[in-house]
Amino acid sequence: MRYAETGYNLEIDLTTGNIEKVETDPRDTEALLGGLGTNAKIMWDRVPPEVEPFDPENLLIFGAGLLCGTMCPGANRTIVTTVSPQTRFMAYSMMGGFFAPEMKYAGYDKIILRGKSPKLVYIWIKDDKVEIRDAAHLSGKGAVETQDLIRAELKEPRAHVAAIGLAGENRVWYSSIEQGRSSASRQGLGGVMGDKGVKAIAVRGTKDINVYKPAELHKECDWMMEYMMWRQENPVPKMMPIMAILGSPQEMMECDEKWHTENFVWGNARTRRKNFWTPEIEEAWTHTQVSVRTRLISCYNCPIKCGAVITIPGQAAYMMKCFTKLTYALGAMVDSLEFSLTMAQKATEYGLDGFSTPQVIAFAWELWEAGILTDEDFAGTEEYPPCPMGDNAERFEWLMDRIVRRQGIGDILANGVYWAARKIGKGAEVYDHNTIRKHEQTPLKLGMVNPLYYLMYATNEKLNITQIEGQWPQMPYKDPADREAFVKDWFHVPAEHYKEYFLKWEPKGEFAMPYYPGIKECCEIVNWMEMMHYIDDATGVCTGISAFHLKPPYHIHNYPNIIAYATGLDIDEEKLITFTKRERQLVRANNVRRGWRREDDTPPEDHWAKRLPEYEKQLLDAYYEFKGWNMDGIPTKETLLELGLGYVVEDFEKRGIL
Amino acid sequence: MATIKKIIKTINVDVSKCNGCRACEMICSAFHANPKYSVMNPERSRIRLFRDPLRDLYLPMYAGPYVEAECMGREKYIIDDKEYDECDFCRAACPSRDLFHEPDSGLPLKCDMCEDDPPQKEPLCVRWCPNDALTYEEREEEVEEQVEMEDVETGLAALVDKYGWEKMKDTFARMQLKD
Repeated sequence: MRYAETGYNLEIDLTTGNIEKVETDPRDTEALLGGLGTNAKIMWDRVPPEVEPFDPENLLIFGAGLLCGTMCPGANRTIVTTVSPQTRFMAYSMMGGFFAPEMKYAGYDKIILRGKSPKLVYIWIKDDKVEIRDAAHLSGKGAVETQDLIRAELKEPRAHVAAIGLAGENRVWYSSIEQGRSSASRQGLGGVMGDKGVKAIAVRGTKDINVYKPAELHKECDWMMEYMMWRQENPVPKMMPIMAILGSPQEMMECDEKWHTENFVWGNARTRRKNFWTPEIEEAWTHTQVSVRTRLISCYNCPIKCGAVITIPGQAAYMMKCFTKLTYALGAMVDSLEFSLTMAQKATEYGLDGFSTPQVIAFAWELWEAGILTDEDFAGTEEYPPCPMGDNAERFEWLMDRIVRRQGIGDILANGVYWAARKIGKGAEVYDHNTIRKHEQTPLKLGMVNPLYYLMYATNEKLNITQIEGQWPQMPYKDPADREAFVKDWFHVPAEHYKEYFLKWEPKGEFAMPYYPGIKECCEIVNWMEMMHYIDDATGVCTGISAFHLKPPYHIHNYPNIIAYATGLDIDEEKLITFTKRERQLVRANNVRRGWRREDDTPPEDHWAKRLPEYEKQLLDAYYEFKGWNMDGIPTKETLLELGLGYVVEDFEKRGIL
Repeated sequence: MATIKKIIKTINVDVSKCNGCRACEMICSAFHANPKYSVMNPERSRIRLFRDPLRDLYLPMYAGPYVEAECMGREKYIIDDKEYDECDFCRAACPSRDLFHEPDSGLPLKCDMCEDDPPQKEPLCVRWCPNDALTYEEREEEVEEQVEMEDVETGLAALVDKYGWEKMKDTFARMQLKD
């Protein structure tokens, strides 16, 4: 018997309509756990670097984390992997919700799509019964609407559906896959799904997931549930609210957005509005949030309420979480939360990424102000009206409508800032100042370079900073007594000396940023944070109750037992660390094979106003060495062999990479 | 009939506090597995959540008695502008739906308040609902003494309905011979 996992993948070839249930090799689980780890292995084995995103040979993998479906709280993430149309690298965006557990109960660890369907279809999976069904009637329907329509036509209210909207159907390079209250939005996975002709996947499962040591696992989980609720009631003192408690940043609960609106930048990641959060704004925004928020909700088997159902009069209800609440207001320069939530509703139905979309649109308006785009680009045609140029809100919506339909200038912008800038030319490249590896980043511009964040921005392969930070506080405490208090119950650190680093860390002086934590300390801290995220991504545990947070219920000391009790794998802390290294190197290897080199590990030039080029070079050199990479960011032969990745060495040597 | 003192176990359901996470379903299935906590499968749960977030419908429902026939008709309930099917409120394991039947054998399921030896402090669904949509209380009541249908009998009655007395009798006879 296989424990925690089902031991089967569902392989669907959309070109031929062939459907197979394939038993997986337990040795892959032993080497790479599951989720991202085994997704990366499948990509390595079957998607060579010659495969382009929209080739039929590209795979779209929906991988459930190893612990999904077990009793482990918050283990509900689906890791979606493919070659991104925008970055041309291996993308892995993830979604919470209910899809992964349901897939496991249906008997599958992964759903692997290949080929292309000649017409729009959706896939219906009920346990062993799998059908490819016509979706002509769903063409153009919203991503949320589609989920509802499918449940109704199947008469399966308990089915969970992952669907794309118009943006995915039209292969927008930053389109999302939407599912319940969650979405896999980064790097254009929805476009690949659309290219494969798949509107949605609906799944319903009624089978068992077994665990190896039930009583022991229950004890661990019971403790985590209790600790989690204790953490919610006992916020970490003197931290900003969203960092003080657990959960994907609690933006649906918190109404106070002074910090985000005044510290993040508006428009095309340009303008910091120091005194934005006036009492009038606070009153209006709080009123909006409270009046449209129907209920705070959670993902499968998690008590933390990070999401909300939003019901704006006159619009269909939708679900959202986190920072997307603000991105539309910030991007459009419209001082209204109602506008932001209204645009988010539309974008969710279209199936668009909430980080990229507003920035692409803001970028277009900058080009227009600079005379690079002209009124002609925003003129009407027989198909659509001219752009209402005078109103920030209306023109924002107009351009979003063009992008998802790939009409006129929208067709160029549908590929994102990087590619649009190169296509438009005439100096537009200069306005592309907030992308990393061709992908739009959080609108944040800061003063002095922060070495921890420098390393994370430079090297993280998720292209999403929140998915890599978390274990280490963002700022030091001024008062040493606060530091002492903080480390007292900080049992999550990998080793005691991390506490020493923190106790020494000052806001000013010799032991302050940018030179403290020093290079060695930075390598260790960043590696710790990254490691915890890689465990989450293999197990499918939500980072909102794990790696993204200070003092979370899941940590490096209880994870080995949790995984061992659930799966029966022979695993301890040291072995788990080796797992994560192997997983990390394999993700890197996939991308190195696709051309990723040191120059790709570059944060935007203006992300910090004050840079230290020589020090940054030293940092990156040291981190590469720490990771076992050469100075070009390529894992060395020794590193790979030590982790049993001889097949990567062989391939690298054949291709002349090593 | 004589009256006796009985502990009435009550799970209070406050739907306004439900966050829709279905931990109640998951942990119920795990608790009732053999060995305990070895299997997770909400389909085996004795509590099921009717959940439709876009319409703000959240209705945790506990498995009640097994019934052999389905209802003659269906009603719709509209409460505070939300539409519910009559079945949504029904606790019965009945032939018209898969709900509250074991997915493989089809045997009916019934909430037993997690009775256990030694006793649990509260049913597991309540313990795994820290948002307090489910809370537990016990109170003493005088009730008329009656013979309760045991679990075995409930299961057997369902099998009799499915296969008929004759087949069941034959099967028992064969099983006895084998022993």
